[in-house]
Amino acid sequence: MRRFAPTLVVMALLATVPLITSSNVVLNFLVVALLIALVGQGWNLLGGYGGQYSFGHAAFFGTGAYITAVLQVRYGINAWLGFCIGIAVGALVGALIGALSFRSGLKGSYFALVTLAFAEVLRVVASVAPVTGAGVGTLIKLDLRPEAFQFQSRASFYWIVLGLVGVSTMLMRVIECSRFGAYLVAVRENEDAAEALGVNTTIVKLGAMTISAAITAAGGCFYAQYFLFVDAGIAYGPWISIEALLAPIIGGAGTLFGPLLGALVVKALGELAKLATGGAPGLDLVIYGCVLILVVAVAPRGIAGVLSDLRQRALAPTTALAASLGRGHG
Amino acid sequence: MLSPAILFAAVLNGLMTGAVYALVGLGLTLIYGVLHIINFAHGALLTAAMFAAFFAHRLLGLDPCVAAIFIAPLFFLFGYGLQRFIIGPAAHGDDRNILLVTLGLAVIIENALLYAFGADTRTINLPYAFDVVEVGPAFVALPRIVAFIAVFAVALGLWLMMRWSDTGKSIRAVAREKLGAELAGIEVAHVYAVTFGLGTACVAIAACLLTPSYYVNPHAGNAFVLIAFTIVVLGGMGSVAGALIGGLFVGVVESLSGYYLGESLGQIGIFVMFILVLLFRPRGLFGGPA
Repeated sequence: MRRFAPTLVVMALLATVPLITSSNVVLNFLVVALLIALVGQGWNLLGGYGGQYSFGHAAFFGTGAYITAVLQVRYGINAWLGFCIGIAVGALVGALIGALSFRSGLKGSYFALVTLAFAEVLRVVASVAPVTGAGVGTLIKLDLRPEAFQFQSRASFYWIVLGLVGVSTMLMRVIECSRFGAYLVAVRENEDAAEALGVNTTIVKLGAMTISAAITAAGGCFYAQYFLFVDAGIAYGPWISIEALLAPIIGGAGTLFGPLLGALVVKALGELAKLATGGAPGLDLVIYGCVLILVVAVAPRGIAGVLSDLRQRALAPTTALAASLGRGHG
Repeated sequence: MLSPAILFAAVLNGLMTGAVYALVGLGLTLIYGVLHIINFAHGALLTAAMFAAFFAHRLLGLDPCVAAIFIAPLFFLFGYGLQRFIIGPAAHGDDRNILLVTLGLAVIIENALLYAFGADTRTINLPYAFDVVEVGPAFVALPRIVAFIAVFAVALGLWLMMRWSDTGKSIRAVAREKLGAELAGIEVAHVYAVTFGLGTACVAIAACLLTPSYYVNPHAGNAFVLIAFTIVVLGGMGSVAGALIGGLFVGVVESLSGYYLGESLGQIGIFVMFILVLLFRPRGLFGGPA
């Protein structure tokens, strides 16, 4: 239980927000930020821990969103069941793309390219296939009942997405402490060395990609229920692939709370930009791009890295003392 | 089914479009061949150059083909600056960082254009835009023939420069053996930036050739990004001849699959080909051993 303590404390603190404020603006902002944190946590497993940079996480987000929406609207399947199926199919798509690209030995830029291409193929298919509503998109009927995964108040949505972020963060913690997590980090640091030591790198990357896709698909399913509308540009568009990697990179890739920190910072910056320009499109993304380059240039380990450096510096005098004492004994 | 005449026209039009694709791909492959990075900002730079060509026509009344003479050097300098002062220093030589920095640049350029000019789609009206030339049983628009010839002129010029000039020689030296080139007194950071500038200039010329027949908006370049990647992967990363052949090939495939499958599914033909090549022959159809 102790290993989950930090996660549980953060989640408990965040869970009190709707009790303090009932402002729809605040809650809406936090729901979207948490949604990005969830999608980003999915990217973080594969990109942050595993070092495989995907530029096409929209493939999983969109699959989750479309499955949830289409199953309800066209086949009358319950929204909660659709949600679970959406996650499962998202994971399957991740496993398929992963199997194809890792078996062919695609790494680095090539992996980024092929994931981007898969997401684009899905986008074009979704924009013409009749089952997805083609260019018009799919609108989920308003049905404000908890059984239909729709709620009157934003607070319920807020707690659900917070719960999803909490579960995914704890899952990430379990992976961190497991043999699988150690293999994954080994793959990131030096794939050839990991392979030489007997790690089956293809299986490890494939497992990471499948779980990663499932988490990101959960974000897509939630998006469909929250906004009740999905089209090809939203579901499979490049925007979500970019936000999925922006949050963990800025927050700190390969850290437990990186995606959450990054999503809050990125979304706050976006809102500030909108306030400053009166909602003219484009400027928020210009700022995201600048922050991304700045973080890569100045703080490659993201906000979490900066924070841990500061803590290290605060602790430094004692550490230095201990080290000098240790040397004295030697 | 299709008559031979329509098939001929489709192939011919595919070759014309393919030539401009080839030029976009040429810039990408040049950068990859020397810097070993995939420039994700390539599409955004193309869009920026299309806007430059558009405003050169709107404000100064310059024909896009004439404007290319000014826009290409301008974008060379822009690309040089990007690599020398942003991408190089920010990436710390790590491949994953370079991916992120070029992606960040793409996001910035594209959205700065969106912010400055809005999402409106603009087109240039040229008096000769709809003039056609008879080639055998088919007709081809005049701007596309001009573009076709211009692309090969640029490719030839580039080849001559790489072959005979000192700059070209130092670029080839860095591509072949970076450390050795550095020891011989070549300034690698400068050569990298020059290469990036040349790649950007190629894209700028492609943009000028596109504007007479293509629309301009902040997302216009995106349509070409994956096509350019496809060409470059198909032709073998870093291979200039491969990019030319790959470009023509992709143009023909797109044109034919457009005829058979319809406009929007025609795109899928390219993407599927791209994924298949990446998966099964990542060093390209014409590339040597990896």
